[in-house]
Amino acid sequence: MSFLLPCPNCGPRDVNEFVYAGELSMRPQGPPSLRELSSYVYFRRNIAGIQREWWFHRFGCELWFQAERDTRTNEVLTTELVAPSKDAPSAPQAAATPDTPAA
Amino acid sequence: MRLPPQPGERLNRGRPLTFLFDGKPVQAFEGDTIASALFASGRRVFSRSFKYHRPRGLYCCSGHCPNCLLEVDGVPTVRACMEPAREGARVKAQNVVGSLDRDLMSVVDKFGGPFLPVGFYYRTMMRPRRAWPIYERFLRSAAGLGRIDKHGRRTQRFDTEHRRADVLVIGGGSSGLAAAREAAGAGRHVVLVDDGLAPGIGSTVESVPFEVLSPARAIGIYEGGLVPVDAGNVLYRFRAERIVVATGTIEQPLLFPGNDLVGVMLSGGARRLIEQWALRPGERAVVLTAEGDTISRALRRAGTDIAAVFDVGERAPEEIVARGKKGRVNSIVVDGDIVECDLVVMSGGRQPAYSLLAQAGAKVEYDAARGIFVPRDLPAGVETAGAVSGERGQAARPSPAYSGKGKCFVCICEDVTRKDVKRALAEGFDSIELAKRYTAVTMGPCQGRLCHLPSIRLFARETGIDEATLGTTTARPPWAPVSLGLLAGRGHEPARRTSIHHRHEELGGRMMWTGDWRRVHSYGDPAAEVQAVHEAVGVIDVSTLGKLLVRGPDAIPFLERLYPNRFADLRVGRVRYGVLGTDAGRIMDDGTIGRLAEDELYVTTTSTGAEVVLEWFRWWNSVWGFDVEVVNLTGALAAVNVAGPRARDLVGRLTSLDCSAEAFKYLDAKRAQIGGVPCLALRIGFVGELGYELHFPSSYGEYLWDLLLDRGAELGVRPFGLEAQRILRLEKQHIIVGQDTDSESNTLDANMAWMVKFDKDDFVGKWALEHMRERGARERLIGFEMENGAVPAEGGQIVVDGRPAGRVTSARRSEELGKAIGLAWVPPELAEEGSQLQIRVDGRLEVASVRLRPFYDPEGERLRS
Repeated sequence: MSFLLPCPNCGPRDVNEFVYAGELSMRPQGPPSLRELSSYVYFRRNIAGIQREWWFHRFGCELWFQAERDTRTNEVLTTELVAPSKDAPSAPQAAATPDTPAA
Repeated sequence: MRLPPQPGERLNRGRPLTFLFDGKPVQAFEGDTIASALFASGRRVFSRSFKYHRPRGLYCCSGHCPNCLLEVDGVPTVRACMEPAREGARVKAQNVVGSLDRDLMSVVDKFGGPFLPVGFYYRTMMRPRRAWPIYERFLRSAAGLGRIDKHGRRTQRFDTEHRRADVLVIGGGSSGLAAAREAAGAGRHVVLVDDGLAPGIGSTVESVPFEVLSPARAIGIYEGGLVPVDAGNVLYRFRAERIVVATGTIEQPLLFPGNDLVGVMLSGGARRLIEQWALRPGERAVVLTAEGDTISRALRRAGTDIAAVFDVGERAPEEIVARGKKGRVNSIVVDGDIVECDLVVMSGGRQPAYSLLAQAGAKVEYDAARGIFVPRDLPAGVETAGAVSGERGQAARPSPAYSGKGKCFVCICEDVTRKDVKRALAEGFDSIELAKRYTAVTMGPCQGRLCHLPSIRLFARETGIDEATLGTTTARPPWAPVSLGLLAGRGHEPARRTSIHHRHEELGGRMMWTGDWRRVHSYGDPAAEVQAVHEAVGVIDVSTLGKLLVRGPDAIPFLERLYPNRFADLRVGRVRYGVLGTDAGRIMDDGTIGRLAEDELYVTTTSTGAEVVLEWFRWWNSVWGFDVEVVNLTGALAAVNVAGPRARDLVGRLTSLDCSAEAFKYLDAKRAQIGGVPCLALRIGFVGELGYELHFPSSYGEYLWDLLLDRGAELGVRPFGLEAQRILRLEKQHIIVGQDTDSESNTLDANMAWMVKFDKDDFVGKWALEHMRERGARERLIGFEMENGAVPAEGGQIVVDGRPAGRVTSARRSEELGKAIGLAWVPPELAEEGSQLQIRVDGRLEVASVRLRPFYDPEGERLRS
């Protein structure tokens, strides 16, 4: 990957400055059934096309934002900060769990 | 042997220099390349070929072909025709056993032919199967060209630089220069990349209104228009609004038996020898050309006799065979006529060098009228200048291959012959992409520059499918060979050191890595360090802990939603242990949360978890929008844990704060001046003794450390390292996230159900933990002690009924307890006090019993004292 990603705060930057954190997943609004919970936690749509996804500008402003990107061409259509809400359905994913040992 | 000065020659005859070739001195002039100087000294054989070890001589003199690859100053596979001669350089032949002129491996050419056809290693070395290691050893040593330093020492320093330009021009020929001038004239910021081949660019560098990088090579056009440029020891990563490709054309060879003999050259190579280095390429030449005779005049001027000129385009002869002795050409047979010569100059027409354009997304089409591939439909932001567009240039359609006896090379890089291509076809590799992979044609050092078009022409003739239908193989970066060191960039292993680091070194601390941090493993005697903590007092540098300040009106609801714990009832001045989980219910990190004020909490994380936890906090809050700020204080604050029965005495000596058990209780957090340093003191005890964790500005790190050791001397204070800490915490069965837990572990099974407040409306991981609670534990984390004192390995197997049923996560010998102890994951039915376990230690099964309570101070009296 070597495309440019426009950070909503810093403007177009090399994609290597960012952390990709996967497609947007929708956190259930109330207590989920086991099936709903599993599909939220473990299942991804893995879209071949335009996908809404999370990015973090690690070597920049350290903001989380969402992008719409065509996964086939890496063309980034939009990037934007999210309007927060305490009941927001979109959720961070456990993909961020460190797989290196903590000590 | 030099010709009189030539117009435009590169030599500075006033500046002679000397380098060594295989130990012997070679005379050169400034401006010479290593190859031109060697040629001037009389050398004609420059390398041995990849597979057959045939002698090879100068061929293209343009940095395309593999014929002049030599080792220069320890760097293998250097193109000697492009490498400037340097005083004292040590140049060596490569891929030879013995010497260049008498290479023992050349027996492969004489006898190996029938046994080593294309794809031989897929077939002939299959049986017997147990002999494969022997075959493999032989193949490994025979394969490849250069040798790299086995010890992996870096011989050069490489750097990466990110650059921007309005216009990036690739190629410094007349078209590239003109394009660059025009853009610069229009006020654009222009950078021109040139490989150093174009005559005269050197002298224009000073006078042009744009930046010239030369010698430098664009190694590809990547996604997003990224153009990495190899400029020797610097890799420039260019982004430009416009990329102008002016890479011109590449002269193509002819396919006839003996076309690889020493003395067979491309006309461009012969021309460069004459014009740039004043060398006579040979005494008696035969010219084979498919595009008109453009070279004879230059050869004659250089004193070469022209024995014959054959037009191989329109009136193509049937048969052409070059014959030679000891690998050097001495005659050529054209339709039965034998012409003696020591030089064959050939030209099979010119193919646009379109690879960069194709990488950028252009289409490539076959122009049947002219017999070449041309680029079409350029992507936005990429354009051409000059001959690379394929719009100019005359037709040159030589025969795909001339008949005759002997090896006819399609690809001199990988030693692929015409017979190999036929054989690949006969074996069913009838797609051009498959045949490429099977024969390795176009996959050698020239990257298809000299074999792509000829191989497709040959393929078309053999299959009867025309070139337009066959198409081309996919062009992929890198277009030019690039050294791995350049791609790796500068050797860079960042290390984080605490503010007290140098004191640890002075004290003889053995350092180890924990993530990016350097930490003390021990100061030489972990057992004595443990003992000091149990009996007197110890100090450990815990500055590496992640330290986050969470502040704002919503600080409590924010943390309550992230952690399974409750914090609403955490009083100001108190500390609580918390475990951070994911929505899958898995453990992510742990640490302490101290309430400093109503709306201000101090959160610590594991040493390697600080960044991840900070990102995690910010991520969730970018969704929720709680009114909190999260500030990372990890580097700003140092932290020292003072632990042991005399810790109160030691800390009390340094502060006016009332440190009595009544005033400063277990799990209290207090701000105080300690030794005059503003500290946040947390009464917590990872190591299981009375302890104070002091957090204070990093700039006081050494000062407070020194003060603690100095004032604690009469109390028997001792610094302790991670090893002692690991033993101490194991005696208490305190877990280390990432050591005793993995990405599957959850808070309930790790025996921390007490902290999970299911009555909260919501928290990250609640639903998954609810489900796990209902389902029941699948495994449990338990403590164990060994019956006979053997210490199992971390990761060691728990065996039930002869089957693996669990694993040891930590194990140490505790001198305090006189036992080997540890933590392990076991099936839930074994998680009973006193259950017997079998653990595999060094292949034997040893007995251990389960202990669910801390081994040391199970009631926590010392901790709370």
